[in-house]
Amino acid sequence: MDFKDVDKLAEYRQQAREWVERHVEEDWAEQQRVSGSYHTPELHALLAEQGWLGAGWPAEYGGTDNDPDLAAALFEEIDTAGLHLDGWITTTMICRTILHAGTEEQKRAIVGGALRGKVLIVLGYTEPDSGSDVAAAKTRAERDGQEWLINGQKMFTSTAHMATHVFMLTRSNTEVPKHKGLTTFLVPLDGPGVEIRAIHTLGGQRTNGTFYSDVRVPDSARIGPVDGGWGVMHVALVFERSGASGRRSGPTLAERVAHWARQARRDDGTRVYDDPTVKERLARIAIEAEVSRLLGMRTAWVAASGALPGTEGSAAKLFSAESAQRQHWDLLDILGAEAVLRREAGDAPLDAAVDEAFRRGVVGTIYGGSTEIMREIVAERVLGLPRVRARS
Amino acid sequence: MDLSLSEDQLAVQAAFAEFFDKEATVERVRAAEPLGFDPDLWARLAGTGAIAMGWPEDAGGDGASHLDLVLVAEQYGRRIAPVPFPESVAAGCLLARAGATGLLENIADGRTLPTIALSPPAGGKLRLVPAGAVAELVVAFDGENLFALRRPPGQRPHVPPSPNLGSSPLADWPLDDGERTELASGPRAVQLYADAVADWKLLTAAALGGLRATALELGVSYVKARKAFGVIIGSFQAVQHRLADLVVAGDGAQLLTYEAAWARDTAHPDTAQPDTGQPDAAALASMAFLFNADCAFRTARECLQFHGGYGVTLEYDIQLYFRRAKAWPLALGDPRREYQRLADLAYPEE
Repeated sequence: MDFKDVDKLAEYRQQAREWVERHVEEDWAEQQRVSGSYHTPELHALLAEQGWLGAGWPAEYGGTDNDPDLAAALFEEIDTAGLHLDGWITTTMICRTILHAGTEEQKRAIVGGALRGKVLIVLGYTEPDSGSDVAAAKTRAERDGQEWLINGQKMFTSTAHMATHVFMLTRSNTEVPKHKGLTTFLVPLDGPGVEIRAIHTLGGQRTNGTFYSDVRVPDSARIGPVDGGWGVMHVALVFERSGASGRRSGPTLAERVAHWARQARRDDGTRVYDDPTVKERLARIAIEAEVSRLLGMRTAWVAASGALPGTEGSAAKLFSAESAQRQHWDLLDILGAEAVLRREAGDAPLDAAVDEAFRRGVVGTIYGGSTEIMREIVAERVLGLPRVRARS
Repeated sequence: MDLSLSEDQLAVQAAFAEFFDKEATVERVRAAEPLGFDPDLWARLAGTGAIAMGWPEDAGGDGASHLDLVLVAEQYGRRIAPVPFPESVAAGCLLARAGATGLLENIADGRTLPTIALSPPAGGKLRLVPAGAVAELVVAFDGENLFALRRPPGQRPHVPPSPNLGSSPLADWPLDDGERTELASGPRAVQLYADAVADWKLLTAAALGGLRATALELGVSYVKARKAFGVIIGSFQAVQHRLADLVVAGDGAQLLTYEAAWARDTAHPDTAQPDTGQPDAAALASMAFLFNADCAFRTARECLQFHGGYGVTLEYDIQLYFRRAKAWPLALGDPRREYQRLADLAYPEE
């Protein structure tokens, strides 16, 4: 056994930092925070133009000669600078899915376009009446000659207002069990019949509800076989759950609060850190953070040894999402009355970092498979307990 | 990063799984109560070499790693074997590190059973020493001096045991009971004792991990067999979700134990990697102890609950695990004190 978490990208960090210093404009992160749109078109265009989006991808579909390790370090450094790359993240997930399940023509056009920064893809799985039960999608796709007619509604289509395409799960057949009547399409967002409405979240994100009425797409927009959408989704969902890197960039939130607690004093003059209940909470947070890191490490290790980290990924997601929330609740409590101050107040402790993490963390137990679904996966597949959810 | 056990480690794991399955059956565990000590099992365990395996070779051991010891302790915990494994190993390794070769005599073969006092002497005695009723040697630290007390061999238990929740051979040890040997004083004593307590925490973490795994098996097999309202109770979501939480936390607890063992095996101050944010060996031993204690008790408690009324009867085995899950960690005192100590380790002053 070897638990050494070697930074494989160590030699690229400096270069990546320099790139970010040179190219990333200071107000981009603030723009994302204020707008809640986690995609910066100027940055995306720059990454495409310099070949970073194509690093490591097959040359025949637009891959570039840029060093993929340096590209990875660069993306992490951008993240450290407080910038999200949500548009690129969903685009790569679907491009990988297309490499797996798409036609030669789709690989060239879509993947090639995405790597050049011309195609930006968002996810269209969730609907007003279906989230975790993703296969219950009702958005209809009906064949009309060489075309398809799409009607329905998708929810939480984040970044759709800045994207070119939505990767959409549709109901193509109502005569068969629900998993067998699904087809996936890549639908352009600029055509007639597409409407995008903003939805704002507790965490400050702007996402969307997207509406589709008589949207007409050619059969070439179909990804995978007719009524074979569930198989395509399986591939896409694996790419969704294979996690991010756990590299550490600067002190953690808990370390920042511990530092704060060593300086701050209560009304009675005692140091916050010297309160045994504060220390105990901080210690519990440190333990759970380490357990989350280890469960994530195990998922990465299983993936690196060539297997699909099914239950390991679910276990990691379940524990770390809930643990992160518990952490945010406790850290807010430790900060006391001032914890509620938002950044705009001007004198919030830690510049309201805990308030923001708390708000953003709420969605962690919901998206990418809710923790309730994760528990069922563990109960069924690890413990061999009977399936509770009805089969269709 | 490599999270797999080596061939040798798998062999150690398999050998001790087989040993404890055979020698520490639940009938033997029950027969050893309330004292919680099975002399024959102790002799056989010594016969496997497990007591001395962690000592350096020049002290008569095998130089086994902490990870090897953890693998043995897990199997010991799975069968809640009525022998004081973590205490004896922690005390023996301390004596070996302190160079007290004379005191190591007769320990490897089980004739002398060593243990460690987890709290300083008070009122002329060491209070509730783990294995204190059956040990011939105890190592203790009074804040300045690290010393050993050795009793002459004789019939175990040497003193009337104190009946207790975990059916452990706990007993008070008067400071005038046995021949005193000074082992170290000052900073060296502090370091030797801290290392030994860290070893005890690590091995107890592993033992609690094994206990947890068996408690979970008992719970899962019960909910798969027991029917209510015409279906097995394991088909209820309220049961499934709680069991899933126990699995996930338990997986994390085991990884944490292995990481803590690895950290103690590889810890060198000059190879520390401050950038990775990985806690140091002392912090990890504490984390593994606290998290395994928490998971083991939660698992035993939930699985007892799923047994319904049978859970409170002495006939069902879950109660054996439930009692020990709470009792074993308490040897170190209120776990909340340990959380306080961990906070200082995990968030060092800048």
